[in-house]
Amino acid sequence: MLRPSEMQKALRVRDDFPIFTRPTARGKRLVYLDSAATSQKPLCVIETLDEYYREYNANIHRGVYEIAARATAAFEEARAKVARFVGADPGEIVWTRNTTEAINLIAYAWGNTNVRAGDAILLTELEHHSNLVPWQLLAQRTGAVLRFIPVDKNGTLVLDDLDRLLDGCRLLSIAHVSNTLGTISPLETIVPRARAAGATIVVDGAQSAPHLPVDVKALDADFYAFSAHKMLGPTGIGALYGKRALLESMPPFLSGGDMIRAVEYDRATFNDPPWKFEAGTSNIADAIAFGTAVDYLTELGPAWVREHERAITAYALERLAALEPRGLHVYGPKDPAKTGGVLSFNLADVHAHDVASILDTEGVCIRAGHHCTMPLMRKMGWHSTARASFYVYNAEEDVDALVTALEKAAHIFKV
Amino acid sequence: MDDFYRDYILDHYRNPRNFGHLDAPTASAEDLNPLCGDQIRMELQIDDGGIVRAVRFSGNGCAISLASASMLTESISGMPLEDVAKLSKDVVLENVGIGISPTRMKCAMLGLRVLKSAAIGELAGWPDEE
Repeated sequence: MLRPSEMQKALRVRDDFPIFTRPTARGKRLVYLDSAATSQKPLCVIETLDEYYREYNANIHRGVYEIAARATAAFEEARAKVARFVGADPGEIVWTRNTTEAINLIAYAWGNTNVRAGDAILLTELEHHSNLVPWQLLAQRTGAVLRFIPVDKNGTLVLDDLDRLLDGCRLLSIAHVSNTLGTISPLETIVPRARAAGATIVVDGAQSAPHLPVDVKALDADFYAFSAHKMLGPTGIGALYGKRALLESMPPFLSGGDMIRAVEYDRATFNDPPWKFEAGTSNIADAIAFGTAVDYLTELGPAWVREHERAITAYALERLAALEPRGLHVYGPKDPAKTGGVLSFNLADVHAHDVASILDTEGVCIRAGHHCTMPLMRKMGWHSTARASFYVYNAEEDVDALVTALEKAAHIFKV
Repeated sequence: MDDFYRDYILDHYRNPRNFGHLDAPTASAEDLNPLCGDQIRMELQIDDGGIVRAVRFSGNGCAISLASASMLTESISGMPLEDVAKLSKDVVLENVGIGISPTRMKCAMLGLRVLKSAAIGELAGWPDEE
C-alpha cells in the first residue's frame, strides 16, 4: 500500500491533466497505463503551445522584431531548463525529433568518423529497435561487429563476461531502463568498466529521463538521448546530450540553414554546437513546451516520481500475484527496486492482444505486442506480452481497475 | 468487443481446425502482421480440376486471427481455387458473425490475406516460395 499522502498527491497531479476529465467512448474512466509508449500532457504544457502560437509565433535566431526575440529567448531558455534537468550545460543539449533521431545522429555524425572495420559495438539483448537498428546499419557501413550483453530469463543483464565483451570495444550503447521489462541497467557497474576499456558510452534515456533522477555527469555518459513526449512534453521534440569536446569534434548530421556560420557557392563553415546539429527551422513550439514539462517534473521532484512509481509497481505486483492461480505470469526482475514502472505479463493462454482488447472495454489502456524489442521476445520465447506502465498521474485505483479488467478477461476466456 | 469472444471463437482459438502442415502442398503462402508479430501460414492441396482438396494453416496469433483463419479453412474446402482467389472479407465477417473493431480488423483478415496470396500466386503461376 502507498502512504495516503502519496496517493493524494498522485490524485492531485491527475487533476492537472485535462484528458482525465473525459470518459472513454464507453463511458468509463480513462485508466491510462501506457506511459512507456507516450505520457499524457499537463494543462501547463498544452497552454505553452497555445501561448506560443497565439502570442509570439516567429522564427528564431534571425528576426530583429520583438516577437522573434521573445521566441528565440524562450527557445534557448527551454534548452537551459532541459540541460539543467539532466545535469548538463545548455551548449551540450542538441534538439532532435526524439530519442531515435538522437541515436541516429550519433551513429552517423560520430559513428561514421570514429568507427572502423573490426571495431566492436557493444549493446544489450534488451535494446529497443531504436538502439539496435542504427548500430546494425553503422556496422554494415564500417565493417564493425555487434556484441551483446546477455539477459537471463528474469530479464536481468548478465555481466559475467563483460570484460571480454568490452575488449576492443569502440562503443557501448545501452538502455538505462528497458521499455519491455522495466529492468534498470546497473550503469554504475558497467560504465566505469566500459570507460576503462576505452569505449565511448551512449545511454538511451528514453525510459529513464521521465522516471528517475538523472545526472549525465554522474553517469559519466558521453551521449544521453531522450524524448519529450514520454516525460509530459509534446511529440516531435527530443534531446541529445553530448560532451562538449565530442560535439565539437563531430561533423554535422543534417545540413542547411541555421547550422552554418558562412556559406559560399562551393563551401560552408559551420556554427558551434549545439546549433551545428540543428539544420533548418527547429520545432520551436514543442521545444518551448518541453521546457514547461521539465519545469513541471522539477516541481514534482524526480525523486518523488521515482518513489511513487516504485510504490505503485510494488502495489501492482502484490495485486497481480492474486491472479497467478488463473495463469497470470509477470515477466522481468519483479523487484520494484530494480525496475522502472513497467510490468510485462501474459494471462494463461490468452494472447496479449485479446487481453488488451478486453481491458480497453473497461477503459484500461495497456500495450500488447513485441514493444519494438523483437529479438528480446524471440530470445525469451514469447510471441507477445501485455505491458502496463505507470507514471506520475497513476494511483492505486488504476491498478485496481487493471486487476478487475484482467479478472473480466480471465472470465471471458474461461481461465 | 467483449461480445466478440463467444464460445465458438474460443473453441476455434484453442482447437483450431486444419492446423498443421501438408506433406506436399500445391500452393502455400505466409505473412505476418509487423505491428503485433502475428504470423500465419496457409498450405493448399489442389486437384487437377482446380478444386481445393485439403488445406492446413499454422502460425501464432490472437484469438481473432487464429479463429478467423481456422473458420476460413472450413469455408474453402472443396471450393474452386478461382473462387478462393476472389474471396472478399465478407466471408470472414460472416464466419465470425459479430462486429470487429477497426483496430482488430487486420488480425481478422490476416488469414484471408495469406490464403488469397497463395491462391492468386498459384493461379498466376508465380514461382512458389518453396
